[in-house]
Amino acid sequence: MNISRRKLITTGLAATAGVTGLAVAERVARRYGLVPPDNGGIYGIGETMDYATQRLLTRHSLAREFSRGMISKTPFANPVKPPNDLFKQMEPNGFAAWQLTVDGMVAHPGSFSLADLRAMPVHSQITEVVCEEGWSYIAEWIGTPLHEVLKEAGTLPQARYVVYYSTDSDWWESIDMADALHPQTLLTMGMNDGDLPVPFGGPLRLRVPRQLGYKSVKYITRMTVTDSLKSFGKGLGSASPEAGYAWYAGI
Amino acid sequence: MCYPARVSATSPVISPTSRRPRHSAWVRVTHWLTVVAFIALLITGAEIVISHPRFYWGETGNVTMRPLFTIPIPASRDSVPTGYSFQMPDANGWGRYLHFEAAWLLVLTGLVYGVFILASGHLRRNLLPAKGDRNWRAYRDVLMSYVRRTPPDAADASTYNAVQRAAYIAVIFVLFPLVIWTGLALSPAFNSAFPFFVDVLGGRQSARTLHFFVSGFLVLFLVIHVTMIYLAGFRSRMRAMVTGRAAATQERP
Repeated sequence: MNISRRKLITTGLAATAGVTGLAVAERVARRYGLVPPDNGGIYGIGETMDYATQRLLTRHSLAREFSRGMISKTPFANPVKPPNDLFKQMEPNGFAAWQLTVDGMVAHPGSFSLADLRAMPVHSQITEVVCEEGWSYIAEWIGTPLHEVLKEAGTLPQARYVVYYSTDSDWWESIDMADALHPQTLLTMGMNDGDLPVPFGGPLRLRVPRQLGYKSVKYITRMTVTDSLKSFGKGLGSASPEAGYAWYAGI
Repeated sequence: MCYPARVSATSPVISPTSRRPRHSAWVRVTHWLTVVAFIALLITGAEIVISHPRFYWGETGNVTMRPLFTIPIPASRDSVPTGYSFQMPDANGWGRYLHFEAAWLLVLTGLVYGVFILASGHLRRNLLPAKGDRNWRAYRDVLMSYVRRTPPDAADASTYNAVQRAAYIAVIFVLFPLVIWTGLALSPAFNSAFPFFVDVLGGRQSARTLHFFVSGFLVLFLVIHVTMIYLAGFRSRMRAMVTGRAAATQERP
């Protein structure tokens, strides 16, 4: 094979420019919050490109809402682990003792009962639950927008993520502030004109309608506002990447 | 053995073209990057399907609803009634990570390729129907030569025939754009910004079903493509797409 010196030099220059370009792109991306916590490993590049592109294109866009006639007659709830004893004790009283703790980078850490949440502005939306397996259904979801709760708790300016936990401490997720402050991100207590049934996440589920179903964690008990996800679990952002699933599930 | 006439020194017009590679470096690199991306997408796509091997039409679909059709295989999730007691291993985690990473490789390679074929004239010269081939007879002749198993002539090793061009145009301008479109229409965040992409397909589950069928057509193309390469001479065609050189005889001075 005959490789000329000119070809060698141009290829070398192109490669150097490419590597420098990537390094600059990475610094810019980090600065503007376009790098997801699970950016390492062989899938990190694809994941970062997904998240960065979505943040540039869809920061404020609204998930599709549907007409009342489109509500699924037979919604489907993926079976989850049976709730713990405390959960079962609270169930007969309509979860009157349920507490949502909000802590971390907030001016007023504290807890909210379901009644506290209902006393705040309550919204409803008819959106689709989209499971990564491929199935979906549409329901009406009624609850308090997360941004109302964050406003009440007084989110500090350096906050970048909200980490949220289910009754089961292994089941936790996190979202960035774009999703946390999004008007459709709802601390859901009702579904289709009734209370949110337990299989669908009742009494309290965080609905994140612009992301796949696994980000909409059921039985929410605690939220932590933070500027970094490094100290949570293995530092990959949530339990999903630890189980091999992408942290950002808007794809 | 005599040298082909075109390498004679008295033929300055043809001589430089014999040095031109059968496939330019742009075509070769983008071709193989597409192969890597497509194989990854195919394997991971199949992997994702087995977590819910049921297909629906419209906006919504789940196990409580009637499917349009079902692939009769065991599923990787126990919530899907398949009739099998056996459950497939679940690999949706890395499967989905790789699917979307490979999709980026495919899209970016496609963009580079698209710019290249327009800028270089490759599209006009080698992919759009050649001047004499813009009639049904040209297609019929090629198909008949396939049926009769006529060995490809010298021209076949240096250009694409009418049927090849039609197949490549369909893959480049119809199937790949459609598979990317139907795939994007499955992203809840993308749909929030561009609802038109999913709505025009008839809803999310329609988009998923179409994504499956378009992928099927791409697999059909892959099978025919590889079969034809095998029939035309696997080694020489592979060498042309790897090194750019068409045949051993052209390597002579």
